[in-house]
Formats: sequence, structure tokens, C-alpha cells
Amino acid sequence: MSKLTLKELSKKEELLTGGHRLCAGCGASIVVRQVLLAAEDPVIVTCATGCLEVATTIYPYTAWKVPFLHSAFENSAATASGIEAMYQSLRRQGKIDRKIKFIAFGGDGGTYDIGLQSLSGALERGHDFTYICYDNGAYMNTGIQRSSATPLGAATTTSPAGKVVPGKMQPRKNLTMIAEAHGIPYLAQASPSKPQDLMRKVRKALATEGPSFLNIISPCNRGWRSALDGAIREAQLAVDTCFWPLYEVENGKLKMTYKPKAKKPIQEWLKIQGRFKHLFKPENSWLIEKTQEQIDQDWDALLVRNETEQKVPAIPKKGRK
Amino acid sequence: MGQQVAMTGNIAVANAMRQINPDVCAAYPITPSTEIMQQFSNFVADGDVKTVLVPAESEHSAMSACIGAAAAGGRVMTATSSQGMALMWEMLYIAAGNRLPIVLAMSNRALSAPLNIHGDTSDAMGARDSGWIQFFSENAQEAYDNLIQAIRIAEHMDVRLPAMVGMDGFIISHSIESMTLLDDQAVQDFIGDCITHMPLLDVDNPKTFGPLDLQDYYIEHKRQEYEAMKNAKGVIVEVAKEFTELSGREYGLFEAYALDDAEIAIVALNSAAGTIKTVIDELRSTGVRAGLLKPRVFRPFPAEEIAEALSHVKAVCVMDRADGVNGTGGPLFPEFRSALYDAPKRPLIINRIFGLGGRDLGLHHVRDVYGELQKIAGTGKIETLAGYITVRN
Repeated sequence: MSKLTLKELSKKEELLTGGHRLCAGCGASIVVRQVLLAAEDPVIVTCATGCLEVATTIYPYTAWKVPFLHSAFENSAATASGIEAMYQSLRRQGKIDRKIKFIAFGGDGGTYDIGLQSLSGALERGHDFTYICYDNGAYMNTGIQRSSATPLGAATTTSPAGKVVPGKMQPRKNLTMIAEAHGIPYLAQASPSKPQDLMRKVRKALATEGPSFLNIISPCNRGWRSALDGAIREAQLAVDTCFWPLYEVENGKLKMTYKPKAKKPIQEWLKIQGRFKHLFKPENSWLIEKTQEQIDQDWDALLVRNETEQKVPAIPKKGRK
Repeated sequence: MGQQVAMTGNIAVANAMRQINPDVCAAYPITPSTEIMQQFSNFVADGDVKTVLVPAESEHSAMSACIGAAAAGGRVMTATSSQGMALMWEMLYIAAGNRLPIVLAMSNRALSAPLNIHGDTSDAMGARDSGWIQFFSENAQEAYDNLIQAIRIAEHMDVRLPAMVGMDGFIISHSIESMTLLDDQAVQDFIGDCITHMPLLDVDNPKTFGPLDLQDYYIEHKRQEYEAMKNAKGVIVEVAKEFTELSGREYGLFEAYALDDAEIAIVALNSAAGTIKTVIDELRSTGVRAGLLKPRVFRPFPAEEIAEALSHVKAVCVMDRADGVNGTGGPLFPEFRSALYDAPKRPLIINRIFGLGGRDLGLHHVRDVYGELQKIAGTGKIETLAGYITVRN
């Protein structure tokens, strides 16, 4: 794995071409471009059904300059595991000697919800691949329905802010920690607002022998009811409010890769998104308080882990040979 | 050539897989096909095959991994039954639509509910419109032979469709029969090297598989699948001829048993054919001209050939070991009846659903069916068009 330099990156070919039909200001294409820029070896990509897939592969066009396979919604990881298995088989038989890496993309619906079993199975089996979830916090492709990644209180089309129920009444699931429970050698959370941090993590994940997992926040102006040009600003505010902490877990040791100088109150992130507008009514203020409490609690727990785990030596975890 | 052995259907199929030696197998355990992958896992563990095994966490993921592996470029196999096939259902269409020549061994089993682990063809019938080639086998020998031929047929450049090979759960999958295994090398020579097409692993020539295909192209792609299935008919016959040269065993689109001069005939899949043949031999010795048409493939559906083979018969009973629950008969019935619609002379046709959930089909049941067919042939009248037999009333 070599170090990332802007000079090197500026010379690299874009592997997701322009002209695809993702919305203007979409976070997903920024995430994918950063991911593919970071890859050193050739990669083969699978993708769950969703915005990213449907908007980049409208037949007879494709935006992908790498081999790409979409099969269904809930199985990006299982599909990638099959490609990786064939690669291992042909390599062992001496029929292929190229170094190839495998990336499975999925949105939060395809990862937190319908694809969780497929992801868990592939992580447990130890395939040498990297799963990347672009988390925009709802089923955006079908029209902004709530997922288990939707934040507490957010209005979606299936958790609307009504007269009685003020949006989604459940906090989001911590998928990154679920992935960690599989004991995989590398996982991380990243944000496109910190491209060098994101790309370094991608490079590390791809260089890891065995399964790796990245959870990347991916603003969606349609679903978040936010500014068309706001994706990077929103992603960075998610980081600075500690809603989306940037960290990595390598061989079981957690390390925070960015600590905001001063933690911003969650209101700053919520108020720029229409999906949280109703939370600013006096009767709903408890939801903001509850969100802040959860963030503080999670952040403090991360700080403790960061402090203690960096002191103990790492025990390397390896994937299947 | 070959080796005479005593094997269960499952072990015979596992041995076919060993001799085929696929690059990747992805599967999930389910009764009664579990034993296939269990035995095959032993072959992997002992280094008898080069296969990389993906012990998936569900059949849905198993078929997804098969799709990934086949698109990557190489020979891919799996096995399943019943609920497993049902859970794969979404991915079966995707395997066929992406034109990936995956071969699946299937120990046919009833579908829930009520829960039942025994043999009927409900699972296969649920997948009949998925774009897969479907083989059915009377016994372990046929399951073994069909699986080997399926590799050639699926990978053929005029076909490029996945194929499933069925045999009755427990009745065949778990019963020991005498059969002949081909030599390992003979199987390898017969199937040849895997024919890949635009493999994903060719990273210098990137291709996109599984795009969004809307009103402007989808129907053209489905049309290609339809043409491929039509082509499969000829390829199945061609490969069968070659297989006969190798094994001495003859195969076609269906088996016609005592059918040429038959006045009454039964149509039935899988192991029921064995029971029916015994009754035919018995009836023939008393002068009754009874016959059997045992489909080897249900997909492609060889309508013209079926019409030709059955049009001279006076009365036919299509026996279904599955029910489509449409209220007017099992899934084979409308297709066979429709195949004969344009025939200049056509038989009177009835449907009997039998043996669901592994209920035994006895010789007396078959005798009763032929008795009823004799009556229909004599009077020219059908009393009950479709109904259940082997059932308590």
C-alpha cells in the first residue's frame, strides 16, 4: 500500500465517468469517485439495486470503467463473494495471476436492512473483499422511505411528521459496530468531506487480507430536503457535531481519525435539513434533546475506546487464505 | 467402459459433480439435497476436486454467489430442494436473464405449508417460468447422466442458460440403486473446458452486467432468452447423441415407452415412470395397448414433438406430482393439452394430481388410471377432467 498524494491522484483516470444520471449534488457519486481514485489494483465492483446502480447503468450506457455486476437488492455482498471465490479458484489453478480487488457497494437500505444477512454471511466466511455502504439514511431510490439507518425524528415518506407522530420514532441502528462484531480485520467510518481520510481508509481496506467494511455518510438533497450544493457541508457538519464520527478499527483496535476541535450542537446539522424541520417546534424539542444525549453517549464511549485501545498492542486478524 | 456401482441418487449426483470438477460451488443445506453438498464437501476436503466452496448463509445468497462466480467466468454448480428453491426464486430469474450457465442439482421436494420433506415436483414447478432449462430424472442413473449433459447444454453458445436437474426427493435421492459411473477422464473429455463469455475477471475489458433495462431494450433481451430456450431443444438432442456414443444410454426430449401403438397413455415425470412402466408391461401381456410419455425436459417445452408422439392415442392422463392450485389441474396438464390443440387428431385428455408430499404411488393406482383411460377411449366421454388420486376422500 503506497501513500496517497494529491499529485498521484490528479493523474488518475476517473473510473466513474460523468454523464451518469444521479441527481445534481448527490453524495453517492462523490463517494464512489473518491473510492475508485484510491484503488491501486484493478477492482471489480458489485452494487445493490438502488440510486447508485440504476442511475449509472441505464442500458445501453454505463458510467463504470471497471467490471461491474448488479444482481439484486439484498445481495451485493453475496454476489461479490461469488466473484472472489471464482478468482481464488482460478488463481489456485494457475489460470489467473493478476492482483484484483473486489468492492461491494450498497446503500443503507441494501446494507442495514435487506442485505444485512448477506453482508454478515460474507464477512463471516472471510472473503477477501471490501464492502462499502453509502449511508444516506433512507430508501431514496424508491422515494425516501425510512430505513433502520434513518435518524431519530427524521421525516420520510413512511415516517412522516404528522399531527400525532413527529417523524421516525426509533433511533438508528449502529451498523458499523455490528460489522465489528464479526471480528473482521479492518473497518472504518468515513465522510466525503474528508477525502484524504476516506481514500486512505479505502486503500487500507483494499490492502487488508480478508473482509473489510466501510460505512460512508452520503448526503442526499432530495431526501434530506437540503441545499443542492450542500452535500460536503452537510457531511462535514455530521462529523463536527459527532453524529458521524470518523474512526477505524484495525485488528480490533479502535482509532479516531478526526476529532473536531469543539463538538458542535446537533441543531446545527438538523436545522439545514428539511426532514428535521418539525423538530424545531416546541412540542418536539425532546427529540432533539434525545438525539444530543445519544450522540454524547456514543462519542464519549468512542473517546474511551480510542484512549484505551491505542495503548494495547494489536492482535492481527486475518481473513481466509 | 464405466464402473458398476450401488449408490443413492444424491451420491450419484455428488459423483457427477466430482467428475465435472466445477471451479466454484455455492450452496446451503436443505433436506433432501443436503447429502449432495455434504458428499461434495468431502471431495473438496480431500482434494479430489479443485472447487472453491462457498457455504452460504442462505439459498438466496448461495444463488447470488453462483451468479457472481459465473459472471466472473468459470464453471459453477449448486444443489437445493423445496424451500431452498423457493428462497432462490428471485435469483433464478436473474441467473437466466444474465445468461449465466449455472447448473443446479435438485432433489425435488414438496413446498410448505404444511411442512413436508418428501418428494414432489412443486419446487421445480415454481421455477418453470424462470428461464432455466429443466431436466427430470426417473432414477439415479438418469440424474447422473442429465447433470453431466446439462453442463454442455447450458454452456453452449447458442443457449447460455442455466439448467436444473431434478430427481424425486427420498424416493430417488435416498434410495440405493445399481448404476454405472463413467470414467473420470471420459466425463472431462465429454464436457471439455468451460466456455466463458465476457468474464468479469477480464479486468482489461470491463463490462457492466445487470444494468437498468427499460422500455427501450428489455423486451429485446427477453426475446433473446426466448430464442436461446428454443435453441436449447436442438442442443439437448445433439448433446444426447454424443452422450449415447460415450455411454450407450439413449436420451431425447422425452422417453416414449410402448407409445408407438398405444391407445391409452400416461404422461408423468421422474420416478413415477418406473411404477407406470411396470403396469404397462403387465397390461401389454393381457393385450391392453398402454403407453407412457416421460418428459425429460419441461423447459424447453417440446410441444411439437409431444403432439406428434401423442396424437394417435385415444385417451391420455397427464399425471402431476404438483398442484398449481388453479382449480382445474396441475401444472403439466394445460401445457400438454395445449400442445395437442393443433394436432389433426387429438386424444381425450384428463389430469390426475398424485403423490403430493411423497405419498406413495402404488401399482394399483396406476392400474386404476389406465382402467379409467380404457373407459374413456371406449365411450369417448370424460367424467372427471381433473382431480386427485392417491388421496383419502
